[in-house]
Amino acid sequence: MTKEITVTINGEEHTHEVESRTLLVHFIREIAELTGTHIGCDTSSCGACTILIDGKSAKSCTILAVQVNGKNVTTVEGLATTEGVHPIQEGFKENHGLHCGFCTSGMMMRCVELLENNPNPTEEEIRWGISGNLCRCTGYNNIVKAVQYAGAKLRGDELPSTEPVFVE
Amino acid sequence: MIQCKTSKEIGGMGHSVKRKEDDRFVHGKGTYVDDIQLKGMLFMDIARSPYAYAKIKNINKDLAMAVDGVLAVITGKDLEQYNLHWMPTLMSDTQMVLPTDTVMHQGQEVAAIIATSREAARDGREALVPGIEYEVMKPIVDPFKALDDDAPLLRPDKEGQKDNQAWHWEVGQKEETEKIFAEADVVVKEQMHIPRIHVASIETCGIVADYDKVQNHLTTHLTTQAPHAIRTVIALVAGHVGLTEEKIRVIAHDIGGGFGGKVPVFPGYVIAIAATFLIGKPVKWIEDRSDNLTNSFARDYHITAEMAGTKDGKILASRMKVLADHGYTDGAANPSKFPTGMFSIGTGSYDYKHAFMEADAIYTNKPPGGVAYRCSFRVTEAVHAIERITDRFALEIGKDPAELRSENFIKKEDFPWQSPTGWEYDSGDYQAGLDLAMKTVEYDKLRVEQKAKWKEGKLMGIGLSTFTEIVGAGPSKDFDILGIKMFDSAEIRVHPTGKAIARFGTKSQGQGHETTYAQIIAEELGIPSKDIQIEEGDTDPAPYGLGTYASRSTPTAGAAAAIAARKLRDKAKKIAAYLLEVSEDDLEWEPGKWFVKGAPEKAKTIQELVFAAYTNHPQGMEGGFEATHYYDPPNLTFPSGAYICVVDIDPDTFEIKVRRFVAIDDAGHIINPMVAQGQVHGGLTQGIAPAMYEEIIYDEDGNALNGTLMDYLVPTAVESPNWETGHTVTPSPHHPIGAKGIGESPTVGAPPAIANAIIDALRPYGITHLDIPITPYKVFKALKEKGVLDKDITGFEA
Amino acid sequence: MIPANFDYHAPSTLDEAFKLLSELGDEAKILAGGHSLIPMMKLRFAEPEHLVDLGGIPGLNTVSMENGSLHIGAMVKEAELEHNAEVTSKFPIFTDAAKLIADPQVRNFGTLGGNLAHGDAANDQPAVMLALGASVEITNAEEKRTVDINDFFYGFYMTAIQEGEILTNISIPVPAGKFGNAYSKIERKVGDYATGGVAVALELDDSGVCTRAGIGLTNVNPTPMRAERSEAALVGKVIDAAAIAEAAQMASEDCNPSDDLRGDSDYKRRVIRSLTKKMIAKALERAQA
Repeated sequence: MTKEITVTINGEEHTHEVESRTLLVHFIREIAELTGTHIGCDTSSCGACTILIDGKSAKSCTILAVQVNGKNVTTVEGLATTEGVHPIQEGFKENHGLHCGFCTSGMMMRCVELLENNPNPTEEEIRWGISGNLCRCTGYNNIVKAVQYAGAKLRGDELPSTEPVFVE
Repeated sequence: MIQCKTSKEIGGMGHSVKRKEDDRFVHGKGTYVDDIQLKGMLFMDIARSPYAYAKIKNINKDLAMAVDGVLAVITGKDLEQYNLHWMPTLMSDTQMVLPTDTVMHQGQEVAAIIATSREAARDGREALVPGIEYEVMKPIVDPFKALDDDAPLLRPDKEGQKDNQAWHWEVGQKEETEKIFAEADVVVKEQMHIPRIHVASIETCGIVADYDKVQNHLTTHLTTQAPHAIRTVIALVAGHVGLTEEKIRVIAHDIGGGFGGKVPVFPGYVIAIAATFLIGKPVKWIEDRSDNLTNSFARDYHITAEMAGTKDGKILASRMKVLADHGYTDGAANPSKFPTGMFSIGTGSYDYKHAFMEADAIYTNKPPGGVAYRCSFRVTEAVHAIERITDRFALEIGKDPAELRSENFIKKEDFPWQSPTGWEYDSGDYQAGLDLAMKTVEYDKLRVEQKAKWKEGKLMGIGLSTFTEIVGAGPSKDFDILGIKMFDSAEIRVHPTGKAIARFGTKSQGQGHETTYAQIIAEELGIPSKDIQIEEGDTDPAPYGLGTYASRSTPTAGAAAAIAARKLRDKAKKIAAYLLEVSEDDLEWEPGKWFVKGAPEKAKTIQELVFAAYTNHPQGMEGGFEATHYYDPPNLTFPSGAYICVVDIDPDTFEIKVRRFVAIDDAGHIINPMVAQGQVHGGLTQGIAPAMYEEIIYDEDGNALNGTLMDYLVPTAVESPNWETGHTVTPSPHHPIGAKGIGESPTVGAPPAIANAIIDALRPYGITHLDIPITPYKVFKALKEKGVLDKDITGFEA
Repeated sequence: MIPANFDYHAPSTLDEAFKLLSELGDEAKILAGGHSLIPMMKLRFAEPEHLVDLGGIPGLNTVSMENGSLHIGAMVKEAELEHNAEVTSKFPIFTDAAKLIADPQVRNFGTLGGNLAHGDAANDQPAVMLALGASVEITNAEEKRTVDINDFFYGFYMTAIQEGEILTNISIPVPAGKFGNAYSKIERKVGDYATGGVAVALELDDSGVCTRAGIGLTNVNPTPMRAERSEAALVGKVIDAAAIAEAAQMASEDCNPSDDLRGDSDYKRRVIRSLTKKMIAKALERAQA
């Protein structure tokens, strides 16, 4: 019941013998030892395990490792390059888009694809676009801001202010 | 509004300093418990009871042992040999680690499977389940039936236990209150349920327990908000087998959200510790989501709330009677003297002199808990009751709920204020908060719009909540958990080059302590916050403290940091006097340096003074630059808030949309506005959650009906509205930095604002109360039961 | 959570897939996107011994508009329909539905074929297909057959797909004249299964008279259902408020919802009535645009 598979993760090939039932998230975390991708539920509900498969955001707890044999996977560890952090990483940090950090990897991976499909999303589009990712800490306001910031950066537009806004 | 005393470079209080912890998180480099991989590590899974109340007839271990990779099956009988089958709860009740004969709730741990892989452990669990024979008994699910004559005695193991009541508690002026109620013009009463909910942090609970037989030393990597307290509990449970406190190290690495759910000691932790102790290899246990959702809980208070007052709107007294469903044991984490926690804050922000509150805790066949859901010890229950019944009172006498609140507020000048239930509120300016909230939403315009909407048959509601929180437990004269006083600690070490490391007894689960504690020290000592490294969570290096929950970190450990830093500032002054050859009295402080009064060019920076403490300190003075402080707060702190919620309800399907939500908080001085606002945003989403979505539902056999995140409805970014937040600043007079704590206020204050708004929208139907979570279906049912489902409301006059 | 052990097969042609299915018999389950099956396997509600993954078979994931029909390969992802402008310009109902199916990640991998073949009345696409009058192509080792969507859903998780067969294609007629379609559902929170959902497709002649009406209902019947009386109440009329109200009332009467955490049958009927009204109005507006 095992199969040898090769999965390219963040540009690096990982060839391993795995059980058919090995979930992609376990392959990433335990075989490739990339623990930035997290597990938060059993039912594809929370999105903490979100990664990109050939550029498409996916819940790696609901995909078998054998299904991605020969495919390209990007995880949070693959976002930053030698040039520096990805705009989405910068957006989350600068706008306080994270508290405990547990949902953050999956949330950011989802947002990368969201911005790829829709470079200048409205607040409503962002909220619907991250509706497969639960965050229990932030209340989502600053995640919306983080995505808007990253979008501006990717488009080369002027960056929005990262100062908190209060009613006065 | 928020003023900074330090420069941006120093980054003390009031600066929105970007968080230090974020770099590792945005790179996926955090370390959560499931990330820990140790050599030779084994995996544990736990078979659980499908029944709410049953005798265990037999456990056929062979079924699991036959699975490849399964090494051991551990049952209650096995633990009994070591007297590890029961453990104390934080409320000094007792909880089974594993049952020897009876299971008390669905999902209770029955046997643990230890295996060489996660998969094998799970296969072992699945194989074992059919091999456990039960004799099923009729459970007690409804707490109102737990004291019936024919109810089975659930806890015969407890000496002297004659019925299913765990305890009774009361506070206030019973007789005077009764007299006021008997004579009052107006009395209102509602029966409310604050339902069972679960914090559902995105990371579940887990442990890697690692026992070194040679050294007789146990290391546990653990999801805990209170590492020191947990270490003490482990020592209390396992001291008799040789695991004494100095041989135990508890490490809480990064925690994926806590909210109170990671305060208790769960049976899984103890079983994993027993397993590593017996086997001598590291054992990892990570809870499934379903196990997580169905094995502990928050709230579950049935409250009869009453208010008495005059026809023109003066509140005279309130009365609350609670039936608290604790499940089969009191697994809450309240201070020992306060079995209902801070529930007695339930007279709220209002000036009246008489109140009476009582509570009866009941055992049922449900999971144990009662630990908070982002709330300081039952404050949410109290605030919900008082804010709802206040609205009910306003409705009864036909007064605008904002006006009624204003007229009854404790006035700014009346602080410190003695509450009828025994608290001394430290400070507050309730009207200022309400004024700002009303101005922001344009309250008067909303009321006009609402009337017009009703005339068109549309439903719109405006709800208020002007609440008082009570946090920062607590003063050692009254506050302890298992006898350990609830002070907290900070230890600051400044190295010769002027960079510091500071350690705390608390443990952030996302609150940003690595940033905000550094800002407190920067404020007091002038060392840039970026040069101050904060460490928490490891019981070996960190000073003792009771941990992070109940919004206590800033009021206790934050104060400890400020005072420890002030000790160092005083030491720096002595060194400065020595180096500048002046008297200490001639020196003046500005953030980052001591200088000679009238001669600011004669100055020594804090970095120079620290260096001198190692290289050129006055003879006779103790060398080095370190300070520790254990802070024992003189009082609790009393944050407050004024929240206004506006909802629109579809008159056909009753879908509820939060149109606006304005939250004005008063948490005294703010350490980091960005972080404080983030806490408010998150707390508000955890406020809308129980108000509209979340509840753990049981059927009459005690089966949890919604034990996954598919049915336990944690709000997404779509349900969560855009929160509008602001502050008023009324510093705590007794706290060293005037701070009050913020993390939980929004979760406490939001549910009644939302409930009040929904019920306000439904006024044309004569609805006076609905229990949270208020769902479209619940609205439908209420209108149907009242026979007003398709009532024409266009003629309604408010 | 971890599925029970099984063997995984990844055929690269349909023929290979049929061979595997005939060898493995009822021990095998077909894996499309896996976003219904794998969660059930993780919870061990399903423990197949073999999975036959259709993901590597070419030709099952094309979308084309020819011969008056929209042809959608069974392995086309929900997200591909959502983002296909040619499809959504004629069938905005796919945009409506996609937004409400689970979440974006699931839609990246969940397939239209899998959604239908799962045979779950709680899924959204069955109602959409019923409204649009789709037909499905079912293939076995020997032949292809076409099944009208009305004859496809048999019962709880049961469809016309027999052992050894694979759902390969879905065809939707593209009306020649004026037409409009729309879908919505009420859900407890985004991504939830429907408390009730309604898909409506209308065709109008030049004078505005309704010539065809398709109305499909989600999660208010043991199987995905068409509201046939409601459809009949619209056909042959210039649809006005009274006709809409009548059709909506009929849909609410004809469905058979069960009581559950989402609501009792009374509430669900009310939801269906409300949504049917709104979706007829929306489809009509789109047809007239």
